[in-house]
Amino acid sequence: MTTENLAAPQKFQPPNASKIPSRLKIASQDFWNNLKELAELIFSSPTAVIGLFIVLLWVAVALFAPLISAHTPLEQDYKNINKPPTALHVLGTDNLGRDVWARVAFGARTILSLGPLSVFVAFLVGLILGLPAGYYGGWIDETVMRALDALMAFPTILLYMIIISALGPSSFNVVIAIAIGGAPGIARLVRALTMDIRTREYVAAAKLRGDPDFMIMLREILPNCRGPLIVDFLLRIGYAAFYIGTLGFLGLGLPPPTPDWGGMVQEGHSHMTTNIWPVLSATMAIVTLVIGLNMFADGLREESMRYQ
Amino acid sequence: MDQTAPVLSVNHLAVSYKTRKGDIDAVRDVTFTINQGENLGLVGESGCGKSTVAFAMVNFLGPNGRVTKGDILFKGQQLRGRSEEELRLLRGADISMVYQEPMSALNPSMQIQDQMAESLIAHRGFSKNDAYAESLEALKKVYMPDAEGVLRRYSHQLSGGQQQRVLIAMAMLNNPALLIMDEPTTALDVTVEAAVLDLIAELQKKYNTAALYISHNLGVVARVSHKVAVMYAGEIVELGTADEIFHNPIHPYTMGLMRCLPDVDAPKGTRTLHPIPGRVPSPANLPSGCIFAPRCEQFRSECSLEHPALVELQPGHQVRCLRRPKDWEGVRQIWKMADILKNQAPTERNEAVAETVLNVSSAKVYYPVPFKTVGGLFGMEKRQYVHASDDVSFSVKRGRTLGIVGESGCGKSTIAKAIVGLEPIYQGQVEFLNVDISKQINKRGIDSIRELQMVFQDPNGVLNPSYTVGDQIAFSLKRFHTVPAEQVRAEVERLLRAVKLDDSYYNRLPRQLSGGEKQRVGIARAISTNPAMIVCDEPVSALDVSVQAAVLNLLVEIQNTRNTTIILISHDLSSVRFFSDDVAVMYLGRIVEIGPCETIYHSPNHPYTTALLAAVPRPDPDAPPSRVRLGGRVPSAVNPPSGCRFHTRCPFKIGPICEQQEPSKIDMGAGHFIYCHLSPEKLINSAA
Repeated sequence: MTTENLAAPQKFQPPNASKIPSRLKIASQDFWNNLKELAELIFSSPTAVIGLFIVLLWVAVALFAPLISAHTPLEQDYKNINKPPTALHVLGTDNLGRDVWARVAFGARTILSLGPLSVFVAFLVGLILGLPAGYYGGWIDETVMRALDALMAFPTILLYMIIISALGPSSFNVVIAIAIGGAPGIARLVRALTMDIRTREYVAAAKLRGDPDFMIMLREILPNCRGPLIVDFLLRIGYAAFYIGTLGFLGLGLPPPTPDWGGMVQEGHSHMTTNIWPVLSATMAIVTLVIGLNMFADGLREESMRYQ
Repeated sequence: MDQTAPVLSVNHLAVSYKTRKGDIDAVRDVTFTINQGENLGLVGESGCGKSTVAFAMVNFLGPNGRVTKGDILFKGQQLRGRSEEELRLLRGADISMVYQEPMSALNPSMQIQDQMAESLIAHRGFSKNDAYAESLEALKKVYMPDAEGVLRRYSHQLSGGQQQRVLIAMAMLNNPALLIMDEPTTALDVTVEAAVLDLIAELQKKYNTAALYISHNLGVVARVSHKVAVMYAGEIVELGTADEIFHNPIHPYTMGLMRCLPDVDAPKGTRTLHPIPGRVPSPANLPSGCIFAPRCEQFRSECSLEHPALVELQPGHQVRCLRRPKDWEGVRQIWKMADILKNQAPTERNEAVAETVLNVSSAKVYYPVPFKTVGGLFGMEKRQYVHASDDVSFSVKRGRTLGIVGESGCGKSTIAKAIVGLEPIYQGQVEFLNVDISKQINKRGIDSIRELQMVFQDPNGVLNPSYTVGDQIAFSLKRFHTVPAEQVRAEVERLLRAVKLDDSYYNRLPRQLSGGEKQRVGIARAISTNPAMIVCDEPVSALDVSVQAAVLNLLVEIQNTRNTTIILISHDLSSVRFFSDDVAVMYLGRIVEIGPCETIYHSPNHPYTTALLAAVPRPDPDAPPSRVRLGGRVPSAVNPPSGCRFHTRCPFKIGPICEQQEPSKIDMGAGHFIYCHLSPEKLINSAA
């Protein structure tokens, strides 16, 4: 080796230097990679997989309710009242002769639409209150938070009862009640995340291009809260399912004869000694759905925290 | 125990971490020995496995890390595979460790004396009172002022330097045979760092302790280490005595690290920095052959075929490279020529005609201190303020760089944020392009917002993780309508090229970028509005040296091509010297010295500037240790000291006048001003 050939060093060529892919290809690759990463994340946690499986099972039941039940939830079979399971009625019938399986399956539709809807509304309210409170701080924060503290001072179930008895039982009012009850907790979470993220330098950079405050909150801060918010959203759907059941049991849920798991327990519990099937089916439905959602959310959270 | 064996001898050590994507070999084939009284410096960029080596010694690798190969011999005894209980007896007694973050290494809920006594009681069965007495002795050994008082304090009542002193005293308590130090001065200010380094060197000599010293800073390692091992991507690429490594490096990575350091003794425009291209490969994805080959400027085809072994070229000097020293002689000569620019005297290019872009006069930035009692809300308590920046005045001319230096807490970042409008100005005036901008950003006109942009410190916080690089630059182009909507994309790509990133970065998310690349995107975003002035708040302090050089070169280039005015906030005097035309030195919210950069480096200085300059660690083991050292800590900015604010720490304090009167401005000529009571003849020229 001499100095002459050193003067013209060779350029390093990676062994597999292929041509640069197009932008569209990169974007779609990114999408699939993200999806793959998410799937990897879920599948590396047994808890999350089991939870997701249970939830998907209930989603499938709700979607295909008319296909998988031989009866409608409202039709009454006067020859079979309060009967244990038979070939005709797989989970038996209730005190009005309605098919329990059909009511459970259609009840899944109710709870899986009202649950996410009410939590979604609660999130809207929570974001509208929490983002400015965390972003501005000071007296805005004090006012919003003290008002929410007052709301949180009510025991949750009492708050729901007050709201429903004032507005009357209907699916719309159940959504309102759960949204009002859930908003303070969500607002607190959003506020805490906002207070952390507003100190990041990219928020300062957005201020330096003169972005208005609402734009900074929505474009810079909100997307970066999504991780904890998604987990919270899943957990809260579980709670909502639980509370919709409770309200139904207290007679404050959906007006009869809508198929509603809580309502089923309420109607069936006076006949429990003679026929446990309506109560048992409905409670098992609530329990499995709530456990499934909780396991999915917890598994996701634990797995995304690992290796950090 | 074998007394003749080296204190620590590591043979072919390999460490791997378990991750979701499989096992990753973070450290491979690491071999070194440390003898009694010897200090081995382990240097390299972040992600090279330096800390992993240290943690492997004491088995602190965490739940997913483990030693897969090799031996760790401590005084001839195998440490690998020992039980947790056996290691516990060694740790704190024979082997002790000093960590990077002194604040989080001390338990905030225990008094210092209890924390120190713990190790004596656990390892040597001392009674509580004996342990306290011994702890006091230990604090005196590290020259802790008011040692008795410190013993009864909690960690939050101590300054960073004091905390690190406590930790060193604690590590030395049981007179360990081996001291492992993981970046012990990185979190400290440069003046404090200098004092801690003095202490480490002295203690090691006195007690003949062997030490493993980990640092990314070559200057620091040059100060304390006898032997130096350079690590790259999990392997030692060069190992030798400090003299050999610093004066006669052989591995291209070591040479690269030296070439990208700005020199505190070289003025602006006389040198260009030479960054190492590319980045450290992830240990999961190593290149075949020589692992440094993709970044090596002297790459040859055989480098990617064969993985070079660590070869001992001279006694005690090992290198992992296929090239031999004689191959480098010609190249070094060429490099030396390339790095030194012809003296083009850039400071004189447009001085006479340049207009003043920014004029700050008596700006004060105060933060109110929260009331301690409810009465405060009703006016029963006097409002107190943190005097973050007090009476700061300076002006900057177009196309020039003003460097603002000082220790942390001196108010340099505060004044920068106040100028761009992120912090409210309490009193005083800021004029930018003849427009008054003394108000916060949401009350400023869109034109002054556009013309005044900022580059931030933390590369991980500078980009929004939710948007692609292209989007984030486009946001600001759309906001200011810099180009018509259909040309936004082309403009973003042009800006990316201006900061030396190719078009493919447009669609990348920030997490796919390295720190240096993120910082470049931040710079691209700042120049996207074509601003008249950019405020750079510690733009390179969180980056690795090789990347620092690239970013500094980029800023110089941007200034040269666009005639941009720049304010550079930095605690690093070398990068300030590299890049600044004027320098302002700040202490506790006040400017103590201001003037043209070269004048400041070549004429007498304020005592604080002298101390700052003396504290800069130079990457040369033969550099003479300096004479001026600062003691104490920066006083509280809520009640700053009366008179000259520096009087509590000043080594040249002349008497009561310093405590009573605010110093007047001494005109040293050529726009160089010093605020001091000393007469100009008595001020020292620190460069001489």
